[in-house]
Amino acid sequence: MTENLPVLEMRGITKRFATGTLANDAIDLDLRAREIHALLGENGAGKSTLMNILYGLLTPDAGEILIDGKPVAIRDPADAIARGIGMVHQHFMLVPVLTVAENVVLGQEITRGGQLLDMRAAERRIRELADRLGFSIDPHARVDQLSLGQQQRVEILKAIYRGARILVLDEPTAVLTPQETREIFGVLRRLREEGTSIIFISHKLDEVLEIADRITVIRRGKVVGTRTPAETNENELAELMVGRAVSLRVDRGKSHPVDVVLEVVGLRATDDRRHDVLQGVDLTVRAGEIVGVAGVGGNGQDELVECIVGLRKPTGGTLKLEGRDITRLSIDARRDLGIAYVPADRQRFGLVLPFSLPDNFVLTRYAERPYAGGLGGFVRQHSAIRGEATRLATEFDVRASSLDAAAATLSGGNQQKVVVAREFRHDLKTLILDQPTRGLDVGSVEFIHKQVIERRDAGVAVLLVSAELDEVLDLSDRILVMYRGRVVGSFAAAEAQREKVGLLMATGEARS
Amino acid sequence: MGRDAANGRGALMDLLAIPRLLLEFVLYLFEVMPDLLPIILALATPIALGALCGVLNERSGVVNIGIEGIMLMAAFFGYLTGFALNESLGSFPAILMGLAVAVATGALLGLLHAWLSVSVRADQIIAGTMMNIAALGVTGYLNRLIITPSGRGGAGVVPPFHLPDQLAELPLVGPILSMFLNQGPIAMSVIVLVLVSQFVLFRTRWGLRTRAVGEHPKAADTVGINVFRQRYMNVIIGCAIAGLAGAYLTLESTGAFQNGMTNGRGFIALAAVIFGRWTPIGSFLGALLFGTATAFGFIVVVHPAEGELGTLMKSIPTYWYAALPYLMTVVILAGVVGRSTPPAADGIPYAKEGRA
Amino acid sequence: MKDWRARLGPTWAVAQVPVYSIVLAFAIAAVVIIVSSAFTRTGFDPLLPFAAYARLLAGSFGSGNAIANTLVAAAPLMFGGLAVGLGLKAGLFNIGVAGQFLVGAFAAAATGASLATAPTIVAMPLAMLAGAAGGAVYGFIPGYLKARTGAHEVVTTIMLNSAAGLLLTWAVNDLVRAPGFSFPRTADIGQSALPFVGRNLHLGIVFAVAAIFLTRWLLDRTTLGFEIRTVGANPSAARYAGMRPVFITALTMTISGLLAGLAGAIQILGVTGFYAPGITATVGFDSIAVALLGRSDPIGILFAAILFGAFRAGAPLMQIETSVPIEVIDIIQALVILFLAADLIVRRVFRVRAPKVEITEMATVTGSWGGTPPTGAAR
Repeated sequence: MTENLPVLEMRGITKRFATGTLANDAIDLDLRAREIHALLGENGAGKSTLMNILYGLLTPDAGEILIDGKPVAIRDPADAIARGIGMVHQHFMLVPVLTVAENVVLGQEITRGGQLLDMRAAERRIRELADRLGFSIDPHARVDQLSLGQQQRVEILKAIYRGARILVLDEPTAVLTPQETREIFGVLRRLREEGTSIIFISHKLDEVLEIADRITVIRRGKVVGTRTPAETNENELAELMVGRAVSLRVDRGKSHPVDVVLEVVGLRATDDRRHDVLQGVDLTVRAGEIVGVAGVGGNGQDELVECIVGLRKPTGGTLKLEGRDITRLSIDARRDLGIAYVPADRQRFGLVLPFSLPDNFVLTRYAERPYAGGLGGFVRQHSAIRGEATRLATEFDVRASSLDAAAATLSGGNQQKVVVAREFRHDLKTLILDQPTRGLDVGSVEFIHKQVIERRDAGVAVLLVSAELDEVLDLSDRILVMYRGRVVGSFAAAEAQREKVGLLMATGEARS
Repeated sequence: MGRDAANGRGALMDLLAIPRLLLEFVLYLFEVMPDLLPIILALATPIALGALCGVLNERSGVVNIGIEGIMLMAAFFGYLTGFALNESLGSFPAILMGLAVAVATGALLGLLHAWLSVSVRADQIIAGTMMNIAALGVTGYLNRLIITPSGRGGAGVVPPFHLPDQLAELPLVGPILSMFLNQGPIAMSVIVLVLVSQFVLFRTRWGLRTRAVGEHPKAADTVGINVFRQRYMNVIIGCAIAGLAGAYLTLESTGAFQNGMTNGRGFIALAAVIFGRWTPIGSFLGALLFGTATAFGFIVVVHPAEGELGTLMKSIPTYWYAALPYLMTVVILAGVVGRSTPPAADGIPYAKEGRA
Repeated sequence: MKDWRARLGPTWAVAQVPVYSIVLAFAIAAVVIIVSSAFTRTGFDPLLPFAAYARLLAGSFGSGNAIANTLVAAAPLMFGGLAVGLGLKAGLFNIGVAGQFLVGAFAAAATGASLATAPTIVAMPLAMLAGAAGGAVYGFIPGYLKARTGAHEVVTTIMLNSAAGLLLTWAVNDLVRAPGFSFPRTADIGQSALPFVGRNLHLGIVFAVAAIFLTRWLLDRTTLGFEIRTVGANPSAARYAGMRPVFITALTMTISGLLAGLAGAIQILGVTGFYAPGITATVGFDSIAVALLGRSDPIGILFAAILFGAFRAGAPLMQIETSVPIEVIDIIQALVILFLAADLIVRRVFRVRAPKVEITEMATVTGSWGGTPPTGAAR
């Protein structure tokens, strides 16, 4: 094989976001012709940011990009497309109600006389391209009728139709079944034969080892290593991906679990697109213990939590609280039984942004004494509400310009503290936390972690869902791993090793 | 005992009456069809044109509830132009100028609505409401200030076409031909505009891009389509068509202007859009439906039914017939709206995010 | 001394855009007046706006009688503004105030007429109650439809407005027509009328102000008010908090209709004394301007209603003495709404900084255009 010159080089790419996060820290990446190059890393490692820069959706603070050895400035996606870069996003950029053919040609339509669409020619071209790549697709089908795997192939066709020589795929197998994954790998290999260079972003170790010619691992915005599959294995990759040492930032102390409080048996549910997302989840949480659910986002954790709280109706299975079947109970009734919820989407389910702090603090108990009293509970008791608000704000150190400030004016950390303060009542029995420290500063993270442990010690059953492996490892007494809608692993904290858990998260299977 | 038996028999008679009346009603409809059809299109025209405006706007992602106001303004300024130029240019040229001004008024107001909705990203429903209030204010103001004191009338109406009698009297085909061809030019242009819009929306590059922008502007943006420009153009063109609807009211239908003469047609147009699932042909059919409901009120007076059906129909007060289109709109909205989906990005202003 | 300024600070921050909007609207209307004067018989007159505005002021505040007229005009606007404002708080745009006003007016007129000889202390409250009930029913219809089917209240209420006008005309003609008059109308309300102070200031203003404070109490101090505000601000969080968005939507539209019905009732019981087809319902659109100007807040609505009442009361004098048509008020109203909706314009002109966090009260209104029933579920 002749020497492969780099088709693409990214040198010293640095990007810091307005929130202060350093997403990319002087990253170097090169892509050779006819190569499938994998970018491996956890959620938030910086892979998507890097590719968004390549595709012109973001501008880097520093660094340069070279295509075929020549430096280029990519201003927007149209520019990127013109330079032969195509991108298949994680969340597809397809118009659901249009057909495959319409989606593929959109923006570069085949016309007769400039305006009249020649869809027949478009369809012919699409069939041609699909053929070359080894699959068939119906150009007449409406995109929202296709499976996710088929939609992805449409996205690839879009890129190839526009003459992409460099194709970037962002977490392409996140939504695919194993069968579809095999099929897409076939397509990618054909593409490579045809002369396209591919960047394959993923967090799945086994797939990356199977398909890639080279693998670059990114952790916390930095490149930590580049390997070929021959010279590495899953264990090493897992180690590179999540880091070696387990740093216990918080002293969790010993837990003394008592009776089972929360019981989930065979839970099944569908997501917003009516796809099966929970395939029979079983778990138990005892009073006085923290059960952590580790897993990459999108494996059913959010839906699991929503079912437990009552925001989503399961399609099968049972939920029990202290032995009592709560599967059909309303959110309010479950709350009365002592369930508290810190939601992942705090701005949607946790807070009412235009409202003041006191209103947010009593959001879930606004109709109870002492917050409502006169005329049979119709009149709100503002002094009681305010008193509680002041107490909670002090206790949880919520910083705001004033008690009457709108919740929207608070920083993310303080907003979350409001939610946490509200939910961490003294009479609560079960605490459900979903991504409780996402996007928060270090101080707030520490604070919330401390509070969670205090509650556990007071006898609360805590279920913690987090995509931050560190958080799960630090706080949990028992760790479960979710993968594709099932619990695939369960350990006591002492047995949980970072690499083992990381492997389960990334592949769904444990290997020695 | 006897009374119960008599009542029993009475009830049986009533039960048979219903299908009999229904049959009579259907026969009655066939009988009045030749008179009814031309009126239907005439009444449906402003609604159909307004609905076309709604379809084009919403397909590109902009909600426009100010169609009523735009129609009114265009109707007035078209009339005003004819009124002002009548003496100097003569009736026909004045009317033509009026028509041009009406369409231009629509386009200009469309530009305003597009600016508010797309660039300023103001709330589109408030923007539309503002347009409606402004229209009532401006037209009422100028009407009272300029037109009423003058004592003069306008330039008149566009002379309608006349179908030769032999064609109009053909059975079955005759009334349909009559409906479409025995009209003024604007009414006749409706079917053309509807068909052209349907074609453009679904078979041209322009239409594809419009639909993409209304459903998933981000996807369109990532393939290099200018979302803002697409929305601006659709809103302006759509509102120019609404201007044509206004022109119809004062320059083809009545030849006079009255404060508030649009009378809710702009809103019925919106219902027609939803009813027609945001397609030009569908909304045209919706407009015909509402036109029929309104026409019904006239026909009942002009060409009443005979016999028992006639007595029944005459017992319904005329005001109820007049209210029929409005009530029908509410019922249809309630029944249909949940089942027909608007363009996904309808009413949501587009903001480019994450650009450094 | 500094104390009152400090306390006024946050109020001014909220009030400045509405105030500037009014100023700018008057300025632009003045230009319209000047330009259009060129087309009138009296010819171009650059000083016309000043004369017109002066007469407007005189007609609204220039004498005891004028002030009375202003308050009489403001009273129904307070009710109407509350109706729209309450709806907005729940994420609903009630443009049906006009129709609900008519239904309430008719109900009050019919009830008042039938109780014309009863003692006022009994007749008047019953007539008011009838007006409230009529408006409530007419507000319930679109509210229920929105809650159950997602049919957007903007279109349904406008259709019902037109239907109301027509059906009530029929009702007056055929059902309750009073004999002996040259035009169709209901009988005189006699003792059901509202008590008077002076020549024409009726007690409706007292009820209106009471409604303002009652609504403020409802919104700020009751659990129902909290539910209404939460459903409007964040239906998902409302669901999580155990509230029922569907029920709240229907209930809010009903209360809104009730308020609009009361506006109609006091118009009949305090001003006209009977219902006749064609009574003007400028209250319909005026209420929208009042609610938006007052930022949906009851106290803001109080002031906005007085302002617009002043406009409506003073406009006839302006028209009589300077020939500037009363419709200029509609133009000003539209401009005010324009500037409120696109407050960017006012901010540029008057150099007002945008607030750090934009909170739109209309987000839920437009967001529900596509027919999603207000459960706040993305499901």
